[in-house]
Amino acid sequence: MSSTNRRVLPGFSLSLGYTMLYLSLLVLIPLAVCFLKAADLSFGEFWTAVWNPRAVAAYKLTFFASLTAAAINVVLGLIVAWTLVRYEFPGRHILDSLVDIPFALPTAVAGIVYAKLYMDEGPLGQFLVPLGIKGAHSVFGIVLVLVFTGFPFVVRTVQPVLEDLDKEVEEASAVLGGNRWQTFYRVIMPVLIPPALTGFTLAFARAIGEYGSVVFISGNKAFETEIAPMLIANRLEENAYAEAAAVAVVLLVFSFALLVVINLLERWSKRHAN
Amino acid sequence: MQTKPASPTRTDPWYIRGTLIVLTFGIIGLLVVIPIVKVFGEAFRDGIGAYWTNLTGDPETRHSIFLTLMVAPVAVALNTVFGIAAAWCIARFRFPGRTILITLIDLPFSVSPVVAGLMFVLLFGSRTPVGAWLMAHGYQVIFAPPGLVLATAFVTFPFVARELIPIMEAVGTEEEVAARSLGAGGWAMFWRVTLPNVKWGLLYGMILCNARAMGEYGAIYVVSGRIGGVTSTMPIHVQKLFESGNKDAAAYALASLLTLLAILTLFIKVMIERKLRQDQAEAAKPMEAP
Repeated sequence: MSSTNRRVLPGFSLSLGYTMLYLSLLVLIPLAVCFLKAADLSFGEFWTAVWNPRAVAAYKLTFFASLTAAAINVVLGLIVAWTLVRYEFPGRHILDSLVDIPFALPTAVAGIVYAKLYMDEGPLGQFLVPLGIKGAHSVFGIVLVLVFTGFPFVVRTVQPVLEDLDKEVEEASAVLGGNRWQTFYRVIMPVLIPPALTGFTLAFARAIGEYGSVVFISGNKAFETEIAPMLIANRLEENAYAEAAAVAVVLLVFSFALLVVINLLERWSKRHAN
Repeated sequence: MQTKPASPTRTDPWYIRGTLIVLTFGIIGLLVVIPIVKVFGEAFRDGIGAYWTNLTGDPETRHSIFLTLMVAPVAVALNTVFGIAAAWCIARFRFPGRTILITLIDLPFSVSPVVAGLMFVLLFGSRTPVGAWLMAHGYQVIFAPPGLVLATAFVTFPFVARELIPIMEAVGTEEEVAARSLGAGGWAMFWRVTLPNVKWGLLYGMILCNARAMGEYGAIYVVSGRIGGVTSTMPIHVQKLFESGNKDAAAYALASLLTLLAILTLFIKVMIERKLRQDQAEAAKPMEAP
């Protein structure tokens, strides 16, 4: 196919050339510069920049808050996807479009409004105070906004799989004597695991790098509510460019590893679906 | 549209159905609807007149709106040209490194916006060789609009290409090959055949790209220096208004404008999705004979 295409269809070298040029200028060269800047530091300096108590506290918080938020998103996403696909009720289409709001709403707006809603005197935060939960300027608040920003991922990965689920398979299970719960557990669940896992990883990856929504609700306190992207921004304000680049390299390497995992998962889901 | 659950084996008992529907309303209500209502409620608290003054009275607010409306379209245009070029070579040709190229296009999505901003500061900041050279020749990139465009274009880099590649692949090459064999030149084929065939997918990618471009905060925060009236975009200015303590009403007014843009984006997105589904259904019809 390729050889005939290249003879019949024009523009291969032009389009590939432009793609490579733009990709290099906007993405590859800036990324390389970031790695080079981190390499300005000696190994010892690099190590102190990326592995000091403040940085480790930031990594831990970023990792666990993102993991918790992604896990909550799996539960919420499965409930919402199931309801939107399986049931007919008034308002279904509106709810379905509202699922995408976290993708479209600027994260800073979300972050500020969540902070206002959940601070101790806020309209929702005041109900958390008697329960001993601080809604804003706390890890709870960070997880909350990360749940918001990652909410659409699981819904949108699970939904199409649920829609394509073969009706006959479920009926066969019922005919063969499986009750509703067994059908769900043995027939539906296994199909939903790959897309749910893909959605989980996408939400997790998004949460790791999230900044705009978190910065307002977190309070930005070193060692307590400072996530890794915030640490980079704070280092930059101190004019510690190489140190900022070093932490960025750690974050980049972790994100690239996640990107590989996501690709593998998507390939696995596709094979599973066939 | 999807098939309705007709068979009894697929219908859940009423109490499960009821619980899940109530939960779904609760989840989306708490996560999405309440924050949106809060934005509009606060923005219009003192009436339409006050709202309008809040939006248009302050020159810095006006400038932030103007800046966002300038920066986002430039970034979208850059990524659209790139998206078309990338989709053309990836969907129409097979070449070594093609899979790697697809992965590289997705790369910016997995880079934290703060890191994206940092990269451009490290490349074009006034203390870097490139930045110093540009400064000496009268060009400022960082803490200036060009830096905003670069950071925005990076963060929204994959949107158009990502939407366009599968759609171009699905359309196939038959009509293009036919146009060529009838003697159409490369550009004539592109404008008359290729582009009309993928126009909805292209628009879809551009809309998503634009929404993210207008709302970007983290990358802009780092490259802009947040200079009021110069490099403060709408999201940055919303934050500055909130932090100034006594301008919450103005901040909510500007935030409501961004929220409105987000809702408008989703509305257009739903319309295009409907259009795409129609096109697909029409394309599939003649083949459904058996």
